[in-house]
Amino acid sequence: MASVKPRVKVPKSASAGEVITIKTLISHPMESGQRKDSDGNPIPRQIINKFTCEFNGQVVFSCDIEPAVSANPYLEFTAKVNEAGTFKFTWVDDDGSVYTEEKEIALN
Amino acid sequence: MTLTRRSMLTLSVGAAIGAVAGMRTSPALATAEDAMAKVKEFAGGAEPATGTITLNAPEIAENGNTVPVSVSVESPMTEDDYVESVAIFADGNPSPDVITFNFTPMSGEASATTRMRLAKTQNVIAVAKTSTGQVFMDKKEVKVTIGGCGG
Repeated sequence: MASVKPRVKVPKSASAGEVITIKTLISHPMESGQRKDSDGNPIPRQIINKFTCEFNGQVVFSCDIEPAVSANPYLEFTAKVNEAGTFKFTWVDDDGSVYTEEKEIALN
Repeated sequence: MTLTRRSMLTLSVGAAIGAVAGMRTSPALATAEDAMAKVKEFAGGAEPATGTITLNAPEIAENGNTVPVSVSVESPMTEDDYVESVAIFADGNPSPDVITFNFTPMSGEASATTRMRLAKTQNVIAVAKTSTGQVFMDKKEVKVTIGGCGG
């Protein structure tokens, strides 16, 4: 889907051991599979069903998403930073597409 | 048959009841029992305790399409004792599942925020499971003015 665009907000730097807040948003219709089109036919379900956040290859946070999550799913969570490195964010779509985004963080 | 004022009233009340009953049957919504069954399944037999977990959701949501909901659990978040996962359920949606957050000790804190859909006024339930096998639950009623699940 061409319109899917992930956006992530991570602080540029943090002190060692600091707990930072990460905000993510991905543009996606999150079609719930409950709606019907004008002819009364059900619109097939198409949602992001999994989100994972990794830091230097280790999973920090993940979630399993159901159709009850709003369109353009927004997620806010925390991560503890002990070293400089890269956050990798992965969204998995019902149709098998995977969207990723990466953000660097430095120690100060 | 002549339509008197009284018979008109009876008829319209009957029609209104019929309409309400019809509306209730069309989108199959989950019930509180379905949601509690999900909670039990998630808890894995443990009896959920109250406290420790805080669920934050608006008391009144004008638009059921995007209802902000956040959850936080008090926990040391160390390797030996951390919150493994928090599940959110809604007992009046077509399906009670909303989202499951999976935390690790690297999360630092067991707190997360998202936005959810609510089909009507209903209870939102959050259940947390810790690595030491404890289960905590919090519940909040959200009044919805406009439903958010289509139909």
